[in-house]
Amino acid sequence: MENRLPFVDILKGVSGFQRKSDLGSFEYSYKAEITNVYPLTQNEKLYQIQIVDPDMRRRFTFRPGQFVMLEVPGVGEAPFSISSSPVRHGDIELCIRNVGNLTNFLARVERGVQVGITGPFGTSFPLEDMIGQNIFLIAGGLGIAPLRSPVLSVLENRSRYANVDIIYGARQPSELLFTYQYDMWRKFDISLDIIVEKPDTQWNGPVGRTTDVLREKVTKAGSLLSNNTYAIVCGPPVMFKFVCNMLTEAGVPMQKMFVSLERRMHCGRGKCCRCNVGSTYTCLKGPVFDYWSVMNLKEAI
Amino acid sequence: MIFRILNKPELRELFDVLAANRIIGPVQKGTSHDGKPLYVFEPVFDFNELKLDYTSTTRPAKRYFLPSHETLCTFSIHENGWEKSVDFNIHEPHVFFGMHACDINALDKLDKVLLESNFPTPYYAAKRKNMFIIGIECTPQPFCFCRSMGTDSAFHGFDMFLTDLGDRYFVEVQSVAAFNFLKNIKTREPEEKDHARYMELVAEKNRMFTTIVDTTDLAKILDMEFQSDVWKYWGDKCLSCGTCASVCPTCYCYGVEESVDIDLKGAKKKKHLYSCNLIDFAEVAGGHNFRPESHTRLKYRYYHKHRGFMEEFEESLCVGCGRCSEACLAKITVPEVIASVRSGVKPKRRSSRHGK
Ligand SMILES: Cc1cc2nc3c(=O)[nH]c(=O)nc-3n(C[C@H](O)[C@H](O)[C@H](O)COP(=O)(O)OP(=O)(O)OC[C@H]3O[C@@H](n4cnc5c(N)ncnc54)[C@H](O)[C@@H]3O)c2cc1C
Ligand code: SF4
Ligand code: SF4
Ligand code: FES
Repeated sequence: MENRLPFVDILKGVSGFQRKSDLGSFEYSYKAEITNVYPLTQNEKLYQIQIVDPDMRRRFTFRPGQFVMLEVPGVGEAPFSISSSPVRHGDIELCIRNVGNLTNFLARVERGVQVGITGPFGTSFPLEDMIGQNIFLIAGGLGIAPLRSPVLSVLENRSRYANVDIIYGARQPSELLFTYQYDMWRKFDISLDIIVEKPDTQWNGPVGRTTDVLREKVTKAGSLLSNNTYAIVCGPPVMFKFVCNMLTEAGVPMQKMFVSLERRMHCGRGKCCRCNVGSTYTCLKGPVFDYWSVMNLKEAI
Repeated sequence: MIFRILNKPELRELFDVLAANRIIGPVQKGTSHDGKPLYVFEPVFDFNELKLDYTSTTRPAKRYFLPSHETLCTFSIHENGWEKSVDFNIHEPHVFFGMHACDINALDKLDKVLLESNFPTPYYAAKRKNMFIIGIECTPQPFCFCRSMGTDSAFHGFDMFLTDLGDRYFVEVQSVAAFNFLKNIKTREPEEKDHARYMELVAEKNRMFTTIVDTTDLAKILDMEFQSDVWKYWGDKCLSCGTCASVCPTCYCYGVEESVDIDLKGAKKKKHLYSCNLIDFAEVAGGHNFRPESHTRLKYRYYHKHRGFMEEFEESLCVGCGRCSEACLAKITVPEVIASVRSGVKPKRRSSRHGK
C-alpha cells in the first residue's frame, strides 16, 4: 500500500491552545462555573463566572473592553463584554440582558451551572495611553456593561489619571444598573452623573440625556479639552454619535474617543463574517474602535 | 518547478496508482434544460467516469473542505457538567483529480483567511492538509472572467498540473508526493517542441476569454460609490436566496447553532455555511437588522469580496469562475454589477444571456 497518501494529523505534536495561532485553540473553551447570579433589574443580571481550573484562572488575562464567548452546551454561544476588573483574571463578571435564546436560558439558571468560556477576544480601551489625562466615561443603557471594566480599572489606578467623569444615562430609574456601586465610585474621587429620560415619582436626580450633562461639562472645560482629555463612550449608535459629535466640536481629537460596537457574532475569531461592518471584522478590529475609525467605516452608524 | 511529459494512455495508469486513495473528480451528473452537460465533483472509482474536459462544475468542490453543514463538537452532559469532544471530520486523505486553476486559486485565497491569519480554523486545516490536487488546464467559457481576476493560472496550492497537448500531457510537478507517484508510470523530460506547443496553447486560451472585468482601482471605486443608486437597481432584482454564496468557491461565511440530543444526554454544536444575502445575516437579538434591505446585503457581498479582502490580503476574494452568475435566478452577474458600479449607469435592458 505504498501508494496510500499518509494522513496528516494537524494536531500532532501541537499541545498549545493558548496562542491565537494554535490550531488546537479554535474549539477550546475554558470550563467555568457560574458562582453567583445577582439580579440587577427586571431584564439584566450580573453573573460571576469562575474558570474552574485554578491555574487557567490565574493565567487568564484580558484588557478592559474585550469580550468573551459564553457557551451553554446545546443552548448557544454568544459574545459578552467582560464587566469586571482585569485584576480579577479568570474570575469574571458578565452583565447580561435577556433578549433571546441563550440569554433567556441564562436568566433562569442558578449558581453552580457549568458553562464554557472562550476568549478574551477583540480590542480594548487603551487605558495606558490615558495616563495623566482627564477621562470622560459615558454610557447609555446597557453600555454600562462594557464601560464597567474600564471604570473599575481606573478606580484601581486612580492616581494615574486626572479628572474622571462618569456620565450614565438610562431611559428610566428602574433600568439603572449597578446602583449599589455608585456611592463607592463617588468615594474614589470620581464625578458621577446619572440622568434618566423618564423619571418616576421617587427620582430626584436630573432628567434628560447624557448629552445634556456633557454639554455643561464641556462648556466649563473650555479649550482645555483638546489636549488633556480622553473619552470612552458605550451605548447605542445614535447615542455615541451625538456624544462624540459634541466632544469633537468641543475640541477632543477623534483618535482620543473610543466606542464599542455591537454586531451579530458567531465565532469571535474573524471567520464567520457575521460581525462585519463594511468589510471590517468587529470581532478582530473591534469591538473597541476610536471614533476616527468609526467615521471611516461604511455602515457603522 | 519540475516539468514532465506524460503520454495520454499513461494517465489511466496514474489514476490506478492513486486509486489506493479516495479520488474526487469531475463527473457528468446530468444535462441542463438547454442540453449542456452538468458536471459535479464526486468520488470517482473508474477512470472512464472522469470527465477531464469538463467546462465547469455547477458547484465547486467546496463540500469536501467547507461542507455546508458540519458538526463542530459534541457534548456529553452529566449531572455536574459536561465534556466536549471535537472532531475535524476528516479521516483519510483525498485526491482531487482535475481541478481548474480558478478552484485552486480559490483554495489559496481561503488559506489566507482560514489558515494563515489569527485563529486558524482546524476544521478547514485538517481537510486542506489532506488534499492531493491534480490541476488541469481548461477552456474559457462565456461566463468565465478569471483572467480579469488574475486567477487564470495557478502558481501554488496543488501537487501537479496537467495541460493537454493533444496526444500527451505537459505536467508541472510541485510536490514530492506527486514526484513519487509519477515514478510509478512512464514519463519523460519535455523537449523544445513540447514547450512550443504549450505556449501555443496558452496563447490560444488567452484569446478565448470573452468576458472582461475592469478591476482597476475597484476597491477605491466601491468605497466612492457606496451610496450609488446602482445598488438599489440590483437589490430590487435580488431574491435574497443565497444561491450565489453556496455555489461560490470562496464564500466561507457561516452561522452556528446548538441543539440538545433527544435523550438529553448529549448536545451538538453545528456550523452551516451562510450567505450575506440572506435576510437575517446581520440581525441581532431584539430584532434590529443592520442590513434590512436587499441592496445593502448584495452590496456588502461585493464590498467584502472586492474591497475588504483586498485591503487585508492585497487581492480580491473572487476568482472569476462565473458560477454565481450562472446560478442566479435573477440573472445578476458579477461583470455587469461591477461595470454598472464603475460607470454609475444602470444597465438599460437586461442582456439576455445564452440567447434566452
Ligand atoms: C462585543 C459584544 C459585546 C456584548 N456584550 C454584551 C453584554 O455585556 N451584555 C449583554 O447583555 N449583551 C451583550 N452583547 C449582546 C449579546 O451578544 C446578545 O444579546 C446575545 O448574542 C443574544 O443571544 P441570544 O442567544 O440570547 O439571542 P438570539 O436572538 O437567540 O441569538 C442567536 C445567536 O445570534 C447571535 N446574536 C444575536 N444577537 C446578537 C448581538 N446583539 N450581538 C452578537 N451576537 C448576536 C448570537 O450568536 C446568538 O447566539 C454583546 C455583543 C457583542 C457583539
Ligand atoms: S443568487 Fe442572485 S438572487 Fe440569489 S442572493 Fe445571489 S444575487 Fe441575489
Ligand atoms: S463571486 Fe461568483 S465569480 Fe467570483 S468566485 Fe464566487 S462564484 Fe465565482
Ligand atoms: S464574529 Fe465571526 S467573524 Fe467576527
